[in-house]
Amino acid sequence: MNSNNNILVKLNNAGFRQGEKWLVEGVSLTVEKGKIVTLIGPNGSGKSTTAKIALGIYKNIEGTVEKYTTKVSYVPQKISIDWTLPIRVYDFMLLTETIEDSAIDEALSLTGVIHLKNKNLGSLSGGEFQRVLIARAISKKPELLVLDEPVQGVDYTGEIALYELIKKISDTLNCGILLISHDLHMVMKATDHVVCLNGHVCCSGSPIDVAKNNEYKALFGEKASQILTTYEHKHDHVHSDEGEIKKN
Amino acid sequence: MFDDFFIRALVAGIGIAFVTGPLGCFVVWRRLSYFGDTLSHSALLGVTMAYTFDLNIAISVFLISSVIALILIQLQKKTNLPGDALLGLLAHSSLAVGLVVIGFLTFIRFDIMGLLFGDILAVTTNDLLVIWTGGALILIVLKLIWKPLLASTVNYELAEAEGLNPDRAKAIFTILMAAVIAISIKMVGLLLITGMLIIPAAMARNISDSPQKMVLFSIIGGLLSVILGLYSSLEFNTSSGPSIIAAALILFILSLFKIKQSIKLKN
Repeated sequence: MNSNNNILVKLNNAGFRQGEKWLVEGVSLTVEKGKIVTLIGPNGSGKSTTAKIALGIYKNIEGTVEKYTTKVSYVPQKISIDWTLPIRVYDFMLLTETIEDSAIDEALSLTGVIHLKNKNLGSLSGGEFQRVLIARAISKKPELLVLDEPVQGVDYTGEIALYELIKKISDTLNCGILLISHDLHMVMKATDHVVCLNGHVCCSGSPIDVAKNNEYKALFGEKASQILTTYEHKHDHVHSDEGEIKKN
Repeated sequence: MFDDFFIRALVAGIGIAFVTGPLGCFVVWRRLSYFGDTLSHSALLGVTMAYTFDLNIAISVFLISSVIALILIQLQKKTNLPGDALLGLLAHSSLAVGLVVIGFLTFIRFDIMGLLFGDILAVTTNDLLVIWTGGALILIVLKLIWKPLLASTVNYELAEAEGLNPDRAKAIFTILMAAVIAISIKMVGLLLITGMLIIPAAMARNISDSPQKMVLFSIIGGLLSVILGLYSSLEFNTSSGPSIIAAALILFILSLFKIKQSIKLKN
C-alpha cells in the first residue's frame, strides 16, 4: 500500500494521554526525505508531544507511528547537565554514536562553536549550548532530524544563519526534518509543510494555505497571518511593527 | 601465595576497587546512592539465606538484592509513595528482617560486626575467585552498555529517540549493582558498600573533566583506599570496611584542594 519509499515517519491519527488529560490527539502527518515539516501552535498545544510520539519516546499511544529509518537525530527542547557529570563538548558529540573527529570538527564549525570543543558542557551559555546540540545532531548525518525549538536563546543573526544551515542540511543530506518553531518568518521561508496544532491538528498544508486558514487566524491573530502571506512573493524588505518598510 | 590472609584481603580489595570505581561514577551521576544503600542493606537477608541453605554468600546476596531491586521497581509503579520513602522502607525493613532471622538461627554463631563492617580475616581463596571472575564479568557488561547508559544519564529521551534502548541499559545496570554488592560485602561490610561506591567517585569528580577520566580516577582512588585502608586495618586492628572508607575520605578531602586551586585560577 505504501509505495512511496521516501517516507521516513508517518503518524496515523496519533495521540498521547497522560492520566485523564490528552496532551495531543488525532495527529496525522508524514515526514519525507528532503522535506521540512514544521509544527506550530501555542504553548501547551502538543508540539513537543507530537515530536516525541514521532520519535517513539512515548510508548502507550493512540493511533500508530510507522518509522522507516533508524538513523535519527534529536535536538530536545531542554537538556540540563548535572554538575556531577564532567562532560566536554567533545564527549557530548560522541554521546550516542561514535563518529570521526573530522566529522565532529566540521559540524562544530558549521554551527560556529568549534572553539568550545574542549569546554565543559555545563559552562556554556544557552545559545552556545543550542549550537552544540544542533552540531551533535547533524554530525551523525541522520535521515530523520527532529528539532524542538532549536534556536532558542541564540542571538538574532545566529538564528537566521542556523535556520539557513538547517535548510541546507535538509538539501545536502536529503534528510527529512520535523521542526518545532515559533518563528513564523522562518516557517514560511524554508518549510514544505506546516502543521498547526492546538491539542489536535487545527489546520495543515503549505505555509500559504495555512496562513489563509481561518482557524489559524483565530489562533495566532490576523498579524501572524500577514507575516506568512507577505512571503508569497519575493521580498527585499520587511515590515516593522509600525508598518514602516525596512530594507533588508 | 594466597596463604597469607592479608595478601588474600589485598587481592580481594583490589579486585573490588576495579569494579566499584566505574559503577560508583554511575551511582553518583544517576543519584542512586540510596538505591545502593537499599540493595546492600537487603544483603543481610542474603547472608542469612547463605548460612541457612549452605550457599555461596556472594551468589545468595546477588539473588536477594536482585529480588529487592525488582520489588522496588514494582512498588514504584504501583504506589504513589515518593522514591526516597520506598527506598527507606525497603532498606530498613530488609535489614530488620535480616537481623530478626539471624536471631532465630541460634545454631550458627554470627559475627554481626564482620557482616556490617567487613572482615579481612573472612576472605577465602574461593572468595577471590568469585570476586575476580564476577568483577571481570561486571566490567565487561558495563563496557557493553556504556554508551546507552551514559547517553540516558545525560538525557533519557535523547537516548530513547536515537535508538539506544535506555530502559534495557538501566535494567542491566541494576543487576550489576546487585552483583557488585554481592562481591564486596565480605570485605567492606553491608553498611559501608555505598561509601566504597560513592566516595572515590566523588573524589574523582573534583579532579576530572570528562566521564572517562572520572572513571579512571575513581578506580585509582578506590585502589589507594583499599591499600591504605587494609594496611591501617592490620596496623591498628580495626575493621577493614571502616578503614578503607576512612582512607577514601582522606583522598576526597585532598581532592577538594584541587578544586579550590582551579577556582582561584579562574578568578
